[in-house]
Parts: sequence; C-alpha cells; structure tokens
Amino acid sequence: MRQLPLILTTAAAAAVSGSAMAADLTVSVEIPRLTVATYHRPYVAVWIERPDSTAVRTLSVWYEVSNVAEGKDWLKDMRTWWRRGGRSLSLPMDGVSSATKAPGRHAVSVPAARLRDLSAGDYVLVVEAAREQGGREAVRVPFRWGAANTARASGTTELGAVSVTVTR
Amino acid sequence: MNKPFVTLAALAILAIPVSAQADRAWLLPSSTSLSGSEEWITIDAGMSDNLFVADHAAMRLDNLVITAPDGSVLAPQNLTRGRYRSTFDVHLTQSGTYKIANVSSGINARYTLDGEARRWRGPVADYPAALPAGATGVEATINANRIETFVTLGAPTDTVFAPTGVGLELTPVTHPADLAVGDAGRFRLLRDGQPAAGLTVTIGRGAARYRDAPEDMTATTDAGGEFSVIWPEAGMYWLNAMVRTDAAGAAPASTVQYSGVVEVLP
Repeated sequence: MRQLPLILTTAAAAAVSGSAMAADLTVSVEIPRLTVATYHRPYVAVWIERPDSTAVRTLSVWYEVSNVAEGKDWLKDMRTWWRRGGRSLSLPMDGVSSATKAPGRHAVSVPAARLRDLSAGDYVLVVEAAREQGGREAVRVPFRWGAANTARASGTTELGAVSVTVTR
Repeated sequence: MNKPFVTLAALAILAIPVSAQADRAWLLPSSTSLSGSEEWITIDAGMSDNLFVADHAAMRLDNLVITAPDGSVLAPQNLTRGRYRSTFDVHLTQSGTYKIANVSSGINARYTLDGEARRWRGPVADYPAALPAGATGVEATINANRIETFVTLGAPTDTVFAPTGVGLELTPVTHPADLAVGDAGRFRLLRDGQPAAGLTVTIGRGAARYRDAPEDMTATTDAGGEFSVIWPEAGMYWLNAMVRTDAAGAAPASTVQYSGVVEVLP
C-alpha cells in the first residue's frame, strides 16, 4: 500500500490558512525505486489536458538537459506527451524543463501567474514517464480548476502516487 | 467433362503475372517520429508476401525521391542492395515531415514477330516506337507504382503532402505522426490529382509471423476519395490501393498502384 503524498497534508494546511502559498496548482509525482540491473532515471512530462485529450499546457519536463547534443533525442519516448504537444515546444524552456529526478516524491508548483488564462472547469493532469531500457506509463488525474480540490491517482510500473492540489 | 480443366489451366496461366505483382512492396523506416535537433533514420526497402519481412526480393531504388520539409530533395546515404532488401539512411537536419518515395513506371508489351512470341519492357515514352516493325498482336500494360513512407522530426508539417498530380497518390488527412492505437486515421487517395472514389484499400499490419491470422483490413474510398481506419493495434501498417484499366483503342492497359507505410504508436 502506497502512502499518500506528504504534499496533501501541506496543501490542506495551506488551504486553511488562505492563499498564503505562491502556487495555486501543486502536483506531486512519485518516482518509484526499482530494483533492476540497469537503472536510468526516467524522462517525465507533466501537462494539463482537457477531458477530450487535447493538450492545454506542459507544466514540466524532466530530461537530460545537461546533454545538449543528445538529451532531446529521447523526448519522443514520452509518446503521448510528444504527440499531444511536446513536439511543438522549444526546449529547454525556463520554468518547464529541468534535469531528471531520482526515485522519491517531487513537487511541481505552478505559480498562479502561469495559469492566469486557464478558464475554470474540468481538466486532466497527466504525468508520463519513459525510462531507458525500461517501460513507459502515463497516469491521468482529473481535477477541477477554479475551486480548491485535491485529486489523486497512482501508477503501477514507472510511476507511483500522483496528486493534484488546487488551493484556490 | 474436360472443359473445366481447360478453364482451370487457362486461369492458372493468367494468374502468373498477377501473383508476381502480388508481392507487397514496402519502405520500412526505423522510426517515424523523432525528437532532437538532428537525427538519422535507416530505411529497408523490399517486396514480400509477409509485410516487412525481408525474405523475397530487394527493391530497386533507381527512382527514390526524399523530400525534406522545405521542399528540397535529399540524397540517400549508405545505399546498399542486399539479396532480400535494399537499405539506405536519411540524415534529418531540419524539423518537420519528410516524404520518402520510390516512384516508378514502365510498360510491358507482348507481341508476335515472324510467328514468334516476344516481350519488350521499357519506359512508357518509348512505346510503341521501340517495338520492331511488323510486330503483331501487341498487348501492352503500363505499370505505375508509388511506394512511400513519411518521417517526422520534431513538430509535424504538411508541405510534402502536396500531390504531383500523376498516378495514385495519398494525401493524409490525419497526419502520419498523429496515428495512435484506438484512434481513427483518415486519408485521401488521388488519381492524377483528382479524388479516387470507390477504390478498395488494403490495410495490412506487420509482424504477421507471430500470429495465425493475417488480420488484413479493407476500406473503400468515398466520393471525395477518402477512407479511414481505426487502428486496432500499435505497429507498422501498409496501405495499398490499385487501379486497373483495360486497353482502349491505341491506349494500352494500365495498373496504377499506391503502397504506403505508416506507424501507429501506443
């Protein structure tokens, strides 16, 4: 049984204390620790879709940014993200791209200003992970923008718990 | 009593040239959707009954045209012709969609000269001048083939979809870089630049060696020349259509064929 991400507790506390937090949308992504012979940290994309699967915005891409020559060669392996909008982005992109992450829980905090033009309604937060010599998995978390709410889902292979917290 | 056997024998003879054409021709790219600032892909080119299995004949690539997103024509690299498949590489240096096509046409003629049956094969432009004087009983068929595939580096573009207006051509309605299992892919077939209505399209999937049923699908083009496919599985797919026209007066018969390869991702 996987534990609920710690961020839930934090977000709940923040909701109680009003809009003290800088971010209005926080995503928690768990990268599971895998016991495999050859482990490479996964490439991970985090984006918002409408319920009809059209992409709205990429929030975060973790890839081998330090490898300027070849780091982007495997972005296509996050196939769903690549097809639905990743391929149209110019990376690296400030506030979006960063290095791959080690196993554990990672938070993506999106400042309110970045989502200013997102109209209230139902959306889906998608996290997709693709690992060299490993698998690929996408976890979809429906959430509501425009009111405080928390939604969560969990992966089974390349991703662990994923949660979305809207604080206002 | 003998008559059915005679008919069967006649059918068998007729079937020979048809089955020779029945081998499926394919250009199989190593990847169809790539990321990064520049990439290499490798393409196998062959003809076989089993899709994408190089076990029958290598494709002649004399008429290979690789069109880059900006319309420029690229030269194939490391081109080799093996026994069962030809192979070449393409260096993708600009973002967008590339078209790799082998477009060939020719004419086959059978005729009688001095009581002897003969054959001639050559460019369409040389017919009928290349036939010797005194040739009788001439039966000629034009064979026009377009065999192609599409590859995209980065964001897809559609400049390479502009038809040439010659032969049977495919214009994707759904971009080849957007094909995903469970979704519908839509395409338009054109014959000499005009919508090709009522054509039967064969849709075959590779890796048939690992299953019992060939699982070929068929579709029929509508009045606008369009057809669509709902992809049941991820994999490499072969799209084929053919138009046969009988000889009419001085105009020879023709077989015009399109064969394209697209990739459907999970």
